Amino acid sequence: MIDFSQNHLDLFGLPARFDVDVATLEERYRTLQSAIHPDRHATAPETQRRLAAQWAGQVNEAYRVLKSPLERGRYLLSLQGVDALAPTQTSMPAEFLMQQMEWREELAEARGDYAALSRLEQALQREHHGLLNALSCQLDELGHYEVAAETLRKLKFIARLEEEVSEAFEAL
Amino acid sequence: MALLQISEPGRSAAPHQHRLAVGIDLGTTHSLAATVKSGSAEVIRDEAGAALLPSAVRYFSDQPPVVGHEALAVQTTDPVNTIVSVKRLMGRAFQDIAEAAQLPYRLVDTPGMVKLDTAAGARSPVEVSADILRTLRARSEGALGGELTGAVITVPAYFDDAQRQATKDAAKLAGLNVLRLLNEPTAAAIAYGLDQGAEGIYAVYDLGGGTFDLSVLKLSRGVFEVLATSGNARLGGDDFDQRIYGWVLAQTGLAELSPQDMRLLLAAARRAKEALSDAPEAPLALTLGNGQSLAMTLARAIFEDLTHDLVQQTLLPCRKALKDAGLSMQDIKGVVLVGGATRMPCIRQAVAEFFGQVPLTNLDPDQVVALGAAIQADILAGNRQTGDLLLLDVTPLSLGIETMGGLTERIIPRNATLPVTRAQDFTTFKDGQTAMSFHVVQGERELVADCRSLARFELRGIPPMVAGAARIRVTFQVDADGLLSVSAREQTSGMEAAVAVKPSYGLSDGEIARMLSESYQYAQEDLQARSLHEQLTEAGRMLEAVAAALAGDGDLLSAEEHQAIDGLMAALTEATLGTDAARVKACLDKLNEGTQVFAGRRMDRSIRQALTGRAIGAIAA
Repeated sequence: MIDFSQNHLDLFGLPARFDVDVATLEERYRTLQSAIHPDRHATAPETQRRLAAQWAGQVNEAYRVLKSPLERGRYLLSLQGVDALAPTQTSMPAEFLMQQMEWREELAEARGDYAALSRLEQALQREHHGLLNALSCQLDELGHYEVAAETLRKLKFIARLEEEVSEAFEAL
Repeated sequence: MALLQISEPGRSAAPHQHRLAVGIDLGTTHSLAATVKSGSAEVIRDEAGAALLPSAVRYFSDQPPVVGHEALAVQTTDPVNTIVSVKRLMGRAFQDIAEAAQLPYRLVDTPGMVKLDTAAGARSPVEVSADILRTLRARSEGALGGELTGAVITVPAYFDDAQRQATKDAAKLAGLNVLRLLNEPTAAAIAYGLDQGAEGIYAVYDLGGGTFDLSVLKLSRGVFEVLATSGNARLGGDDFDQRIYGWVLAQTGLAELSPQDMRLLLAAARRAKEALSDAPEAPLALTLGNGQSLAMTLARAIFEDLTHDLVQQTLLPCRKALKDAGLSMQDIKGVVLVGGATRMPCIRQAVAEFFGQVPLTNLDPDQVVALGAAIQADILAGNRQTGDLLLLDVTPLSLGIETMGGLTERIIPRNATLPVTRAQDFTTFKDGQTAMSFHVVQGERELVADCRSLARFELRGIPPMVAGAARIRVTFQVDADGLLSVSAREQTSGMEAAVAVKPSYGLSDGEIARMLSESYQYAQEDLQARSLHEQLTEAGRMLEAVAAALAGDGDLLSAEEHQAIDGLMAALTEATLGTDAARVKACLDKLNEGTQVFAGRRMDRSIRQALTGRAIGAIAA
């Protein structure tokens, strides 16, 4: 029997892996909503409509988490009992901290300069991509959860920096 | 599959009866209703053949209000009692109304929503809107020849919670059963998508009389998924009229105008604006109350100069929605224009330039919203077999709680797909604290003062603990209408102190009850008879729904369970033969409760069928 405590991947009938086929995920989402959305039960008894609303909310939440690689990675780790983004988790390798500072300086200097911002954006995209590949390998193949948690924290940092770069583009 | 069929006289498994349902576009400038007849949506016309009802209501001291063309015709002679563009005042407090000085009304600064002082007394914007809806309800029931099962009412996607609640209250006052509040751009997309058989990502640019919305939707095999929405709830065609108005004052050196002259000039400005959509220049002539005549000519170039920044203001939300959806311009397959104001050539040109493609305009921008709403109403009333269309809409603005220092803690971000439930834990900050107050706000800004205040409530009965030990979980829930409810509960002690808050910025339940009784006096209906009628309608709906559920999924129940439900149905059927509304209600509640387990099993079955039906191979793998 399907219940609310079921994990997001089971709900979507997907294996518990980081590497998710986005097209399948979207397809399953639409299929699930088509079955359970309250509009599909508009003429059903009230109890069933309420239940449908709860289910639809649950499916929306699961989809939101699974759609975003960062949230999905964090969720898979939480299933392993690892809270990757807990406030106490602050350790970071020294070289990444150095790299962080360099990027921050680069951003400060690149403000107002389209070409420099584009260069930084590309560098961050490459890093982002590389980290996602590493995360996929650490989670799906190696099962190195503590290492994956660190990768996730790096990703979170990169994502925030990318957001700031995109704001700097808008300010041009 | 073995079905347990029950058939008792009087409630055989429902012969599929067509239920009368309408879609209503409650607009700033005009409103209209549409319905689905033999499979296709069409607008409902009045006796004179007009589809559009001007959103104008005139009040009298000694007779019921007059709505529509008749009211609009006298707005210049009786401006104080003739309310137009009331949508701009919905869910707004007196101090929210920036353009108060340019409105010819007597605004009353009442707590909550602003009121308008008329010959019939103070009227809330909700009551004025209810008068418009009542007219459309009468028109629809006359044309369709029966009582309406329900209506889908459209609202701007960018309407906040107070404005949505106000709209729903207005419908309730007008005696309408609201099947759904539907976002206007989404409604337009339904009408458009179904008409054109469209697939892919579309942007809907909706500039109405008083509001602007931009929604980005993904259309895929009947599923309409809103990816992002943005807009401006205080920007519309009316603002273009105001610019012309201001220009005339500047040109002529006229200062203080009487309410009559204000209306005359605004109406002339509006005519000039409309004429400029087809001609390079337009005459602007009127005679003021004091006999002074004005005769001017407005060139399109000047008009476009006057309104350039308004057009630019609409492009900002376009950019924002694309960014929120994580899309670039190339992803947009088509742009749909909705709203009468999109007839202005400057708008069409700006949209074409921004999106790099010529916008689609083949459906009437004044009717497309009502047509889409009619299709959704038809589905929600149960007239269509399931499987052909599903809407997944989003919340337009972030929702949060005020925390220490006047900052907003975001609980539900904007563009979250509905329905959505999100919880957040808070704690006490003083030793022995037994109560905690919450301030619910809506908006994108960090400072509470810059957001819209929706509701305040207090949680009492927290067991005394040291500061920081209590865990108070605040749950936000936004339903498919986009309406928020909030509850709070203390968790650590296991003691439950819960409150449910319905944001009621504006009207209290008491006020609504009073307005209801007043409006029924007009209609000379008895409130009690009305209540019984409502309970009977609900009972009929419920009996039909349960009968249909039993017919389809009765095999999910044991013989005893089936019997128990049969018993509850029989009790309700018997209660409906009497005249005791409270008894009908009690039996209804019992039947609802008694079918809970059955409902759960039916949901499980539909989920299993959905996943296994289509993707059995993939799941087994």
